[in-house]
Amino acid sequence: MNRLLLLFGALALSLGARAQLTIDITTSGGRQIPIAVTPMAGDAAQPQAVGEIIAADLGRTGLFRPVNTAGVSPLPTEPSEVNFPDWAARSAEALVIGKIEPVSEGRVEVRFRLFDVQKQAQLASYSYVVAPAQLRATAHRIADVIYERLTGDKGVFSTKICYVVKNGRRWELQVADADGFNAQSVLASQEPIMSPAWSPDGSRLAYVSFDQKKPIVVVQNLAQGTTRVVASFRGNNSAPAWSPDSRYLAVALSKDGLTQIYRIPANGGDAERLTESSGIDTQPAFSPDGQSISFTSDRGGSPQIYRMAASGGPAQRLTFEGTYNVGPRYSPDGKTIAFVQREGGRFHIASLELATGQVQVLTDGTLDDSPTFAPNGKMVLYEAQVGGRGQLAAVSGDGRVRQRLTSGAGDVQDPAWGPMPTN
Amino acid sequence: MKKLALYLVVAAVAAACASKEAKQEPTGVTDRSTGVANPTVGSNVTTNPTNPNMAIARNPLTDPSNALYKRSVYFDYDSNAVKDEYRGLVQAHSRYLADKRDARIRIEGNCDERGSREYNLALGQRRAESVKKIMTVLGVPDARVETVSYGEEKPVAPGHDEAAWAQNRRADIKYAGE
Repeated sequence: MNRLLLLFGALALSLGARAQLTIDITTSGGRQIPIAVTPMAGDAAQPQAVGEIIAADLGRTGLFRPVNTAGVSPLPTEPSEVNFPDWAARSAEALVIGKIEPVSEGRVEVRFRLFDVQKQAQLASYSYVVAPAQLRATAHRIADVIYERLTGDKGVFSTKICYVVKNGRRWELQVADADGFNAQSVLASQEPIMSPAWSPDGSRLAYVSFDQKKPIVVVQNLAQGTTRVVASFRGNNSAPAWSPDSRYLAVALSKDGLTQIYRIPANGGDAERLTESSGIDTQPAFSPDGQSISFTSDRGGSPQIYRMAASGGPAQRLTFEGTYNVGPRYSPDGKTIAFVQREGGRFHIASLELATGQVQVLTDGTLDDSPTFAPNGKMVLYEAQVGGRGQLAAVSGDGRVRQRLTSGAGDVQDPAWGPMPTN
Repeated sequence: MKKLALYLVVAAVAAACASKEAKQEPTGVTDRSTGVANPTVGSNVTTNPTNPNMAIARNPLTDPSNALYKRSVYFDYDSNAVKDEYRGLVQAHSRYLADKRDARIRIEGNCDERGSREYNLALGQRRAESVKKIMTVLGVPDARVETVSYGEEKPVAPGHDEAAWAQNRRADIKYAGE
């Protein structure tokens, strides 16, 4: 077992001083790719060290092992300057070099190259001309290129996450980079905020607000900051889930008695009832192809996960082990569902492979909740209770790599991982 | 086991970045009334100008000596059954609602922290619905009782043990305008 501890001194942004964010990574088994990420020439003159951000991104996945670059002098910035035998002696299999140079109008050019050390071959080379303020985002884009070139999967370092922070009687909905940096408060309230859900293009968040002293569903445009109440029917309005075409929200409403699942236009409007059970039906999730909806129902006596057509109708039960399987979320390829399972009074995140019905328990906390897949399907972000407080944690789809994101203050709840950036 | 610690401290953000962040100010939820009427609950407070010594009738809902002062029904774990000890409380409010035809209530269900947030929200609403069902049987019109839930989101007891959980498995009766 390898343990990698990354400590980030968080930044003072528009929110004021933020608490320190610690990411603790545990991996067991599996091979890690030894990679050397050299400090980029010109990095020191910039506000953010690009090489360090790239190394941290890759390290957090648990799939890479950073190789020490101390004592390498001069640092290579061109292919001709790379001493491959020296890097091989440091047991690096991959090497990243680069440089940052000022160009016109205050902008800088970031150039990086990725090498296969054994083959002494260049695997990738890109250059970006950006404003210095974009260097952090550029580092994430470079990490995405490296990750994809070396693992074959898309990187998610340029994506966003959102979550709810509860401090006493104050709730905030925050949006942050996938590494926890650049946290922005997009909503603050003296009443609870629940169940944020990203629109498929990442431009809007649907969530549950209690500002009217009862749960209603609100959609907020992130760029404009505008909000629209889309469901405030009699009783509870909750559990919003976007259809993949962004036209509809599946929601849980109790306007006709106990909670059932309905479909409403994403801009609000009439509710069309999709389930007709005598129990509770809630937590809908559209399959990525838009054809079906999985949800929680206790129609059979205990809460279990069911699936029906997206237009409603008969439902098929998907979970059979145990007496509490709730809160399904699809993987981006639609082949797997992550959900919350109770066993012996403890609540864990588990995954269900739809083709085989095979269930794998992924976490071992006491009160894990709200799983949400990374848009490349490789990690599941969720809420864990540690020391009586909600914190964010992530686990790889095979359960092998675990991360815990510890924030200094408050309860961190209800995470949702945003989509891939559109450009 | 190998242990490796990396300490990455990132320097200050460029001014240009900070100004970009400033655009995304926190915004509140648009306030739209749900259309629940706000009848005056305290209308039974009366005075008699001809006899200033006569006691002023107190609002039974805020009078600690009145049965209507009690508003909370507590539940067992994983249960939405209203226990016998709370029948009297529910009956008292049902009678009051039968008398006060302009009174409307919300029953707010709550859960302890165990379990999934959204499922708990629905369980809290079912607890509220169980209380409403008794009221309906006693003749309270459906339109005057809304059942909602805070799920596990607003615990009155902050602890993480059975003593706290028992306080949080609850349905509260709230009159419109309170």
